[in-house]
Amino acid sequence: MLANPEMARRPKYLNLLRIRLPLPGVISIMHRVSGAVLFIALPLLLYWFQQSLTSLVTFDVLKAVFSHWLVKIIVLGLLWGYFHHLCAGLRHLALDLHFGTGLTAARQSSVIALIAGMVLTLIAAVLLW
Amino acid sequence: MVRYSEFGAHHPLRDWFAQRITAAVMALYSVTFLITLLVVPPVNYSLWHQIFLPPWMKFATLLFFVSLYLHAWIGMRNICMDYVKHRRTKQVLYALIIGVLVAYAVWTVQILWEQ
Repeated sequence: MLANPEMARRPKYLNLLRIRLPLPGVISIMHRVSGAVLFIALPLLLYWFQQSLTSLVTFDVLKAVFSHWLVKIIVLGLLWGYFHHLCAGLRHLALDLHFGTGLTAARQSSVIALIAGMVLTLIAAVLLW
Repeated sequence: MVRYSEFGAHHPLRDWFAQRITAAVMALYSVTFLITLLVVPPVNYSLWHQIFLPPWMKFATLLFFVSLYLHAWIGMRNICMDYVKHRRTKQVLYALIIGVLVAYAVWTVQILWEQ
């Protein structure tokens, strides 16, 4: 596999506690974690979607549920997950098309993706409440 | 090394492409939908309900959700391929993920057409 003996001597550890990821790597793992969290939240989100559309009564009940601080925090967390996944995903699409593949550009775009996800969540929070 | 011989990952390039196409569909729907919400804030049931009444909106929303489920399948399978070493466990997880996603798809049709 390794033609170059120099490559074989390189330290290789995949221990998550020992790896120090650069920012693009942090964005990447956050993309994966947010995706998994959104997958786990799917039944709850579908249930809420159903309640919002079934009738006037279920809509108003849902509205009351959403006014609880704990539910607000959960919704905001999921919104952040969604916006982060969206922004980091758009960055990946740009990289696939060979935009911003240089080291500096890739670092800058990862900062932008991280901040854009947070700003969108903040705007959503202000608009919702 | 990733082994593609296990079920569900026979066409890595096709999956890679599907992941991006479904992402583009969802991004497009999300942005359009968020703008709609900003222009006409659905403050009550009647306004919210009306958004999903036209048949084209039902189909557009279904397209969004089907893209989401395909996207979630490829993403969750990639996570399993990376972290789950035991072959049997992995296959059970694959079956569970596909099972819930198919159920969600049926549920989505119910939500959109039975309101």
